[in-house]
Amino acid sequence: MANEGTGALVRVVSEEEGTILTEWLGLLKSGGALQTGRIREAELQTQAKTVLGQLRDALASGGSNADLEAYATLRDTLGEISRSRAIQGFTPTDTANFVLSLKEPIFSSLSRSHANDAKTLAAAILSTSHLLDQLSLHTMEVFLQSREDVIGRQGQEIAELSTPVVRLWDGILALPLIGTLDSARTGVVMENLLQAIVDEEAEIAIIDITGVPTVDTLVAQHLLKAIAAARLMGADCIISGIRPQIAQTMVHLGVELNVVSKATLADAFALALRRTGRTVVRKQPVSPSAS
Amino acid sequence: MRMTKTGARVPVTRTETLPIRSGDDVVRIRQAVRTRAIEAGLGLVDQTKIVTAASELARNALDYGGGGEVRVDVLQEGMRKGVRLSFSDQGPGIPDIQKALTDHYTTGGGLGLGLGGAKRLSNEFHIESAVGVGTRVTIARWK
Repeated sequence: MANEGTGALVRVVSEEEGTILTEWLGLLKSGGALQTGRIREAELQTQAKTVLGQLRDALASGGSNADLEAYATLRDTLGEISRSRAIQGFTPTDTANFVLSLKEPIFSSLSRSHANDAKTLAAAILSTSHLLDQLSLHTMEVFLQSREDVIGRQGQEIAELSTPVVRLWDGILALPLIGTLDSARTGVVMENLLQAIVDEEAEIAIIDITGVPTVDTLVAQHLLKAIAAARLMGADCIISGIRPQIAQTMVHLGVELNVVSKATLADAFALALRRTGRTVVRKQPVSPSAS
Repeated sequence: MRMTKTGARVPVTRTETLPIRSGDDVVRIRQAVRTRAIEAGLGLVDQTKIVTAASELARNALDYGGGGEVRVDVLQEGMRKGVRLSFSDQGPGIPDIQKALTDHYTTGGGLGLGLGGAKRLSNEFHIESAVGVGTRVTIARWK
């Protein structure tokens, strides 16, 4: 039964490749594949032609099971198309439809050539459907994997971007923290801070938490550890940017940071300059006509 | 501070349940609680307080209870609006609740301030726990 169906499918795809391709492209276009402007017609044509050609070759050399070795090339091609679509911003529906819309042209070719043989026709339609479903699932898996890769990479980029250590002056460092402080990120922050203390021979490190939305006991514990480690390296820490609501919450929580803190980074910097024996003075009085 | 059973008969205008399965869920819960607190008209300080309490209790449910879920209710009693959070887990339970509420007492590696801190940050606080069954902590913050 299944072999009969596969045989019919192999014959139809190799004999009527041209017709199937034309119908398939027609369906893709009427389904709005080109409307978004993410892909050009020539590119879509090449993709469809390659996929159909490889499908024909795979069918000719093996059965209609997409897990077979004969389908490796086709799977790779579909994976490549899927990946590029994920990056181009296609919807999952568009991507799955690319393969699924091949069903209709093959079905109609099959019913034309096997109009008088209902049994073979049914078997052929079943194996076609099964094969294209498998291929379409493969496309979706690659599509989702590519999206996940993108998300994972962005996560890493954010983690790296959001933990810079800035040199404000000789021996004075600032560490502006932004976002959620989880254990993984605190590890990166602490490593960056301690390395910068060594590199810059810093005496004072200002940890600015203006951009940290919630300071709970875990964040406080991470801060305490960073401060203790910095102290062991010979640098004093100043905490800045504690907003009024965060201050009240920390008092209720019972968290004590036991460290000098200032409301703003500017205040903390002024204090750090004083402590290192420097002062900022205005060279000239501001004249009203200064522009 | 009122120590009622956290307003069991107060009309709820909106409710949702969120899972606590990972550290990411704790972040999502903080964001959801902040949104609901703003909806209930809580001020910036009250928002921060309930969000921080939610963060502590969600992490307790995750670290000590092995995960669980939280129900977030927006309450309205006449002109009074508020947010009620109910954290539940099926973990090992707390044998001595008074001790667990003591500051600087911890069985993990934390500061030992989370549970007591959450109580101080809330208007209403209720905890029930059975060893081997699980723990439920309910807090509420009113406008």
